[in-house]
Amino acid sequence: MVSVAESRRDEILRWLDEVMDPEVPVLSIRELGVLRDVEVSADDVVVVLTPTYSGCPAMHAMETDVVRTLERHGVPNARVKTVYSPAWTTDWMSDEAKAKLEAYGIAPPGRIESDDLVPLRRRAAVACPYCRSVNTTMRSEFGSTACKAILFCNSCRQPFELFKPI
Amino acid sequence: MTDGNGEQETGNRGPGDGWIAGARPSTATSGVVDNPLVESLLRLADDRLVLGHRLSEWCGHGPILEEDIALANIALDLVGQASMLLKLAGEVEGKGRTDDALAYFRDAVEFRNVQLVELPNGDFAATIVRQFLFDAWDVLALEELAGATTEALAGIAAKALKEAKYHLRHSAEWVRMLGDGTAESHQRAQRALDELWPYAGELFLMDDTDRAAVAAGNGVDMEVLRPRWREIVDQVLTEATLTIPKGAFAPRGGRTGRHTEHLGRMLADMQSLARAHPGATW
Repeated sequence: MVSVAESRRDEILRWLDEVMDPEVPVLSIRELGVLRDVEVSADDVVVVLTPTYSGCPAMHAMETDVVRTLERHGVPNARVKTVYSPAWTTDWMSDEAKAKLEAYGIAPPGRIESDDLVPLRRRAAVACPYCRSVNTTMRSEFGSTACKAILFCNSCRQPFELFKPI
Repeated sequence: MTDGNGEQETGNRGPGDGWIAGARPSTATSGVVDNPLVESLLRLADDRLVLGHRLSEWCGHGPILEEDIALANIALDLVGQASMLLKLAGEVEGKGRTDDALAYFRDAVEFRNVQLVELPNGDFAATIVRQFLFDAWDVLALEELAGATTEALAGIAAKALKEAKYHLRHSAEWVRMLGDGTAESHQRAQRALDELWPYAGELFLMDDTDRAAVAAGNGVDMEVLRPRWREIVDQVLTEATLTIPKGAFAPRGGRTGRHTEHLGRMLADMQSLARAHPGATW
């Protein structure tokens, strides 16, 4: 039997699927892995978030969106709690979410690279999200947002972004 | 939240939230913090806050667009890490000081960063060489702190470590490209190393506060770290064809609030808005 709190929690999680990453609007904060939990008690709803990168400037927008979205669904006093541990990782992203990223034109994160501290020359090949060629070049590991890198496809001559594995 | 577990609650934010209710942000400290954990957290936070601010000064001035963006990204990571550490410091201290109060309402003598990070940016080579010397130290220090006894500190360190590895890869690659690049890039990178190398020593100094932190499981034994740092630095500098300078100049004092003339000027810029409009949000 599902308790009242559990079904309430499921309902709130469904509503929170409407909250998208403001910078990558094809992914919800749940798909992104930023939404960690919802704690429901008799008179309180606490939404637990974790930031992607420590200084991600989109976090404040996501917090505000969470509170406003729940207000729209009749939950007036939801609070957001930010946790830092366990540290956010792109491993939390499902294959479905990765497919959405690629369809949007952002190469999805691959596996997290080795722990060599100074791997000066070796990097995993990244496939171009437009033509699938792996003849691509890293232009910068820091892109338009902290979570993305800038690459260039030598086959279709198209610059593109990679969601960095971390 | 003041439970010291690194969690922070936010609801509907309004102007003035986050400050001590009914009180002006305290500036009354003498610069002496009596809790060794708070002192250690301030040292970790201030390195990041000051270096992050320095890097942010490149925004709009980078030599190429990609680097302008990269330096701004790294600045964001460092300032974000500083914010988490300052929040924790304020919670542990228990006097109601928020991260903003600690960042904007302490004076230069109360800052605990090493002098290396407060020096003006200089040219791109100097910015990159400084970043490399710091990043190599930072990755190793965060690896140790990820196992800290204080869970909230361990969590922040584990998160920051992932970011620091990207920073190190970036700065190490640039040091190699500049050092082993053109005659001019080599000369500029060597000049930067000559100037900045003496300042790196302060990262490894230990005082009673550091020893207390190590004893409590919240610190890093810098004597153990130093040879590991040298290994990374030597490998990259050799590839970069750069030479470590000789000399006895070893500036120190940042960890106890003695700074170069440059920090005060930087803070005057960084803190002016918050001090002119306390509690402002935007």
